[in-house]
Amino acid sequence: MTTRLLEIENLTVRLAAGKAARPILDGVSLHVERGEAVGLVGESGSGKSVTCRSVLGLLPEGSRASGGVRVDGEDILTMSSTRLRDLRRRGVSMIFQDPRASINPMRRIGDFVAEGMRAGGVPQKDALKRAEELLESVGIREPRAALRRYPHEFSGGMLQRVMIAGALAGGPRLLLADEPTTALDVTTQAEVVSILTGLRAERDMGMLFVTHDLELAAAICDRIYVMYAGRIVEAQSTEGLFSRPRHPYTSGLLAATPRLESDQPPHGVPGRPVSLAEAPSGCAFAARCAHARPGCTEHEPGPREIDGAQVACLRAEELIHD
Amino acid sequence: MAGFLLRRIGGIAVTLLVTSFLVFGSVHLAPGDPASFLLGGRSASPAAVAAIKAQYHLDDPFLVQYTKWIGGVVTGDFGKSATFRQDVGGLIAARLPTTLLLIGYAGVLILVGGLAFGALAALRRGVVDRAVLVGTGIATATPSFVAAIGLISLFSVQLGWFPAFGNGGGFGDRIYHLTLPAAALALTFVGLLARVTRTSMLEELGREHVEVARSRGVPGSDVVRRHVLRNALGPITTVTGTIVAGLLVATSIVETAFGLSGVGQLLVSSVTVKDFPVVQAVSLLVVLAFVTANLVVDLVHPLIDPRLSHAKGGGA
Repeated sequence: MTTRLLEIENLTVRLAAGKAARPILDGVSLHVERGEAVGLVGESGSGKSVTCRSVLGLLPEGSRASGGVRVDGEDILTMSSTRLRDLRRRGVSMIFQDPRASINPMRRIGDFVAEGMRAGGVPQKDALKRAEELLESVGIREPRAALRRYPHEFSGGMLQRVMIAGALAGGPRLLLADEPTTALDVTTQAEVVSILTGLRAERDMGMLFVTHDLELAAAICDRIYVMYAGRIVEAQSTEGLFSRPRHPYTSGLLAATPRLESDQPPHGVPGRPVSLAEAPSGCAFAARCAHARPGCTEHEPGPREIDGAQVACLRAEELIHD
Repeated sequence: MAGFLLRRIGGIAVTLLVTSFLVFGSVHLAPGDPASFLLGGRSASPAAVAAIKAQYHLDDPFLVQYTKWIGGVVTGDFGKSATFRQDVGGLIAARLPTTLLLIGYAGVLILVGGLAFGALAALRRGVVDRAVLVGTGIATATPSFVAAIGLISLFSVQLGWFPAFGNGGGFGDRIYHLTLPAAALALTFVGLLARVTRTSMLEELGREHVEVARSRGVPGSDVVRRHVLRNALGPITTVTGTIVAGLLVATSIVETAFGLSGVGQLLVSSVTVKDFPVVQAVSLLVVLAFVTANLVVDLVHPLIDPRLSHAKGGGA
């Protein structure tokens, strides 16, 4: 059996005592195969960003993690700091949400793109030459001049391209994208997505794409995980998820997406997400679920396999949302 | 850039002109008849009083007096000191090297100590941070004359490591003599700069780009240097500029306490005997120090933060 590119197994992350009533991640398991694009979808506060960052060993301050986060079979959680630094430089890269905040405004673009390579011991001249090629590959005009410019001279969309160039610099096998287009307007969003997917395919990288936008995830990803209150509630292939959502939360999210062809206004999911101060017993979604039964708040539903889909719902067999 | 510099220098000239008027006016508002102070309290013949008044133009209207004085100042003539019977310019020039050396020495101590303690507190939260906070709190609250007395009693009287008095001769000996005064002068400001550094660095530590740099495998020391300290330099520079200019005022106490003949001590003794020309000249010097420090800070800021660049269209 070959090892998976990324395998998160039963990952539970608890904040320091007294800061939260429930774990921010509660038994999260997911995997990404080599060259595969996987979506991680959920509302804000569902734990998708924490999951994503945990792959780079970036856990919230003072938190405790149990379970496993393995990249090519090596566990991040027990890795030495030297090995982790090396993995961050060459193996796994992350694209962050807001490029304006993620790129140091006081340093040149060239310094940003070359920073990871310099940390890995590449000489300045070679790193800048490589940075120039990378900027060209993400569609920055006059890349040589751009190396010497500062972030405030670029638009948000251009900066996110710079961010992608920086993420590709180490030649990673796995790309983590934490809502990379949320801070951009719609037209630049489309451009950035097409650059990202193009380069990913070209370099055969695996990708974990975090977003709150199901449609966007569907356009990019082969498989999608849906998260709610720190747990994975459903995992399916993209077609499966859209044609036969198994979890009431997934179908709620789908119904909340505005559609052009429909005359009906989109239905939001009623209620509000579970805050970190609440620790509901049983299924965390039960309070908002139209199909909830008394039993739902008693037993926490474990993930079950139904027709190739992973679902964590007691009534998954009876409810087919199509 | 050249335009910016010209405008700023024009602004400085106006500032100096306005403050010169205020300085000249306020000294003349002070109670007491200058002529009697000039005579040193001795009773003199009416003829002698008249001669003194004529020499210092004391009978002219205020504006005429001011115009005569400022006319001299522009050509480098600050008048004659009443007590020393010497040119004020020469008096100050003779004392300036000691004062500048003292300020430079204290400035180095402040920068090194302030940055080191501030960075230490920001990066080692917990016991170290709390210790630095308490220490800088005490340092900031200690007046320099108290620090001077404490340092003299410990290092001069009890341990005998450093001299308590005098300028010393030769560069090495002068530095040796200036060590305690510089420490007394620096103490308050080390505390102040350390606190500013700590706050500024903590703010930068929480920024996203710091986490991004870490996520890319950049070693911790490089992250602190290139992302935290580098970005925290703005407020640090501003405060350092004000501190260095303020040191000129603070030297008056320290120089007096340590018996150093510098500009600060000259100011104190001249104020005591109402030696107007000296007080006016030193006051103008203090104003000049502040506006110059501000100009330097404003010129340095764009080098730290490219977004503040004065050049149109960016530096690309």
